[in-house]
Amino acid sequence: MSAALLIDILLWGSVFGVGLIAFRRGPPVFKASLREGSMDFINIVPRIALGVIGSGYIAAIIPQEVISGWLGPDSGWLGVATAVVAGAATPGGPVIGFSIGTVALKSGGGVPQVVAYVVAWALFAFQRVILWEIPFMPARFVWFRCAVSLPFPFIAAAIAMVIGKP
Amino acid sequence: MRKPIGWSTIIIAALVAVSAGLVWRRDGTDGVLDILIHDLSLFGGILPRVLAGCLLGAFISEILPHEKVSRALGPKSGLKGLLIGTAFGAILPGGPFTAYPVASALLAVGADFGATIAMVVSWTLIGYGRAVAWEIPIMGTDFTLWRIVISLPLPVLAGALGRFVYVRLYPKPATKDDEN
Repeated sequence: MSAALLIDILLWGSVFGVGLIAFRRGPPVFKASLREGSMDFINIVPRIALGVIGSGYIAAIIPQEVISGWLGPDSGWLGVATAVVAGAATPGGPVIGFSIGTVALKSGGGVPQVVAYVVAWALFAFQRVILWEIPFMPARFVWFRCAVSLPFPFIAAAIAMVIGKP
Repeated sequence: MRKPIGWSTIIIAALVAVSAGLVWRRDGTDGVLDILIHDLSLFGGILPRVLAGCLLGAFISEILPHEKVSRALGPKSGLKGLLIGTAFGAILPGGPFTAYPVASALLAVGADFGATIAMVVSWTLIGYGRAVAWEIPIMGTDFTLWRIVISLPLPVLAGALGRFVYVRLYPKPATKDDEN
């Protein structure tokens, strides 16, 4: 997988770059941040483990057909609202989310609803929140961020309604 | 960062236990083991990236000057702070294993909730990583570009809303209790 390799190169390259800057500030600075990063890693591993293994089980009990069903029939704002719920409840990674969006578009789903779905998925997909955001960020930030983001799939759908199709 | 066990962890653990129980009732022990083995291999693949993300966050919080960060991204940074957060989220390389540790590091060195929200929302909505790797191949270039154009104002608006609400929810000057 070349995309994964590219990500890893960029990622470790960035680590190396900032590590070098820290090292030039002096070895104590470098050692302290190395120790802190490693401690963060050790503290976070159990939570990531819970997230990875846990979201597998949660995903297994949410059938994909249910999610795509929510993206079908309703148009208008009710359709936008169900699309937002569907986006948040979509299990799995980006392949599943975007595939469901594509199927909905091809099978006659409204464009504003699909936009709301994709934006809601990007903002609230439970798997990403559980697996990544909660382990790494202060819990208070995560809940606050989700609450504040709530209007935005609707705003995106409204903009899509105003400016029309791609 | 945070304590290992908090309410979020407990709620998630309960959700997982219930879900695993439902999978067990439906698919038996084999079903439970299949998912466990699949997810363990996924976990093994993710671990090095998590380590890289943690190191990145630690180095960044060590080398960024706190004063400058709180001036550029703090509660009083205004629209400019939200724009900087948005730009930073849009260009950040990697995936969730970089975005969240770096966002957490920014919070720790003086960024406020507003600028950090702008950064996280920008990373997820207009960051190029996921768009190039997944959205364009699956949904097509037209839809993706059009969706990103629609999303352009959202990170700044989300950050502004976050700031507006935060100041009213927590009227006291920012205390250090965010860092736990």
